[in-house]
Amino acid sequence: MTVASTLALVLALLLVAIAAWTVATRRTFAAVEGFVAYGLLLSIAWVSLKAIDVALTEAAIGSGLTGVLLIGAAARLRTTEAALSAERPGTPLRWLAAAASAAVAGAIAIGVLSLPDPAPTLAPAVLEHLPSIGLGNAVTAVLLAYRGIDTLLESIVVVFALIGVWSLAPDRVWGGYPGPRQYADPNSILAYLARVLPPIGIVVGLYIFWVGADLPGGKFQGATILAAMWLLAMMAGLADAPPISRTWLRILLVAGPLLFIAIGLAGALTAGAVLAYPEGYAKLLIKVIEAALLPTLVLTLALLVAGAPERTAPR
Amino acid sequence: MSVPTLFGLCAAALVGLGLYGVITNPQPLRKLLAFNLIGNGVFLLFGAIARRGAAAGFAGDPVPQALLITGIVVAFSASALAVALLLRLFQVTGTATLTDDQPAMAKADDRDV
Repeated sequence: MTVASTLALVLALLLVAIAAWTVATRRTFAAVEGFVAYGLLLSIAWVSLKAIDVALTEAAIGSGLTGVLLIGAAARLRTTEAALSAERPGTPLRWLAAAASAAVAGAIAIGVLSLPDPAPTLAPAVLEHLPSIGLGNAVTAVLLAYRGIDTLLESIVVVFALIGVWSLAPDRVWGGYPGPRQYADPNSILAYLARVLPPIGIVVGLYIFWVGADLPGGKFQGATILAAMWLLAMMAGLADAPPISRTWLRILLVAGPLLFIAIGLAGALTAGAVLAYPEGYAKLLIKVIEAALLPTLVLTLALLVAGAPERTAPR
Repeated sequence: MSVPTLFGLCAAALVGLGLYGVITNPQPLRKLLAFNLIGNGVFLLFGAIARRGAAAGFAGDPVPQALLITGIVVAFSASALAVALLLRLFQVTGTATLTDDQPAMAKADDRDV
């Protein structure tokens, strides 16, 4: 057994063990903490699968932002926990569920063991078209050129999700500030970190955004780090999210996807297909789209965590 | 056993564990957490398949890897919407139960919405 496969085996066992624990433990808060640790281990699993871009996304969004979201929800729902655990299904149902889950897992495992060899791959096709796009990072090239439609729809989906979250606001606070106002002791470690980390985090976030053209990184990972810095300042009570009725906020939220759509439609005239780029302009247009999507993503991701409006807007 | 196969089997176990959690845990937040485990399992399986598609000088097929990034971001926004729905349910009813025949529902009727 090589070092790589031993490491992979240990990682896989740890992942399954922590996942089992997050399902089994009685305390929701502990389960969420386990989930965050599990997410970080999962990013190491992505590294050992040689998917560095995915590892960055997993660490930032899958583990980081989802963790913050779930911890916040667990803290607010803590009082409901005791009453709900009485609704636990009886032993026969649990055994039935266990049998069904084991059957599904078993079927997937059989599928994994009987995957075709050699594996089908689109990598040669990506390599062939990479020079015409002018980017060094094949994943970014696929995201913005070959599968541009996915990225476009995704940037719209996150904004739709935010509209969905906002639409849950009671009428009297519509247009107001998202979530409860956060306070932290100004001498606490949280307030200290919220002052020290953002300058570093903003530089790192912008760097990861910029370097994404040629090396692992990109707008999603960069935007998440920038959103996390803003959320950190919000949680320490040093900053507040803007009221959702602000015009500048609404313009920025739709500007990225709208510019993406405009460039995509222009491709129909200049390059013969929607979302195609004219010869020689691919890299420039991709950078323009990414730069326009960055503010949209930072705002959307941070405000998705901040939640529905709960405080009235100033008159 | 090769690294992709190993993580493929790990993915199968994660889907199974998540499914069990979604069915048996009565708390909606825990169901959401378990649902995320299922999602992670699906992603990890797809990642293992991407790694098997290593060719043309790439360590993995870049197409599934790009789709995975899209998937993780969409999964996060769906989770955020679910959490918002759950917090609103708690705000309106004072409980987070998904069953509609709970005594807890009755005392919550006169709460400020």
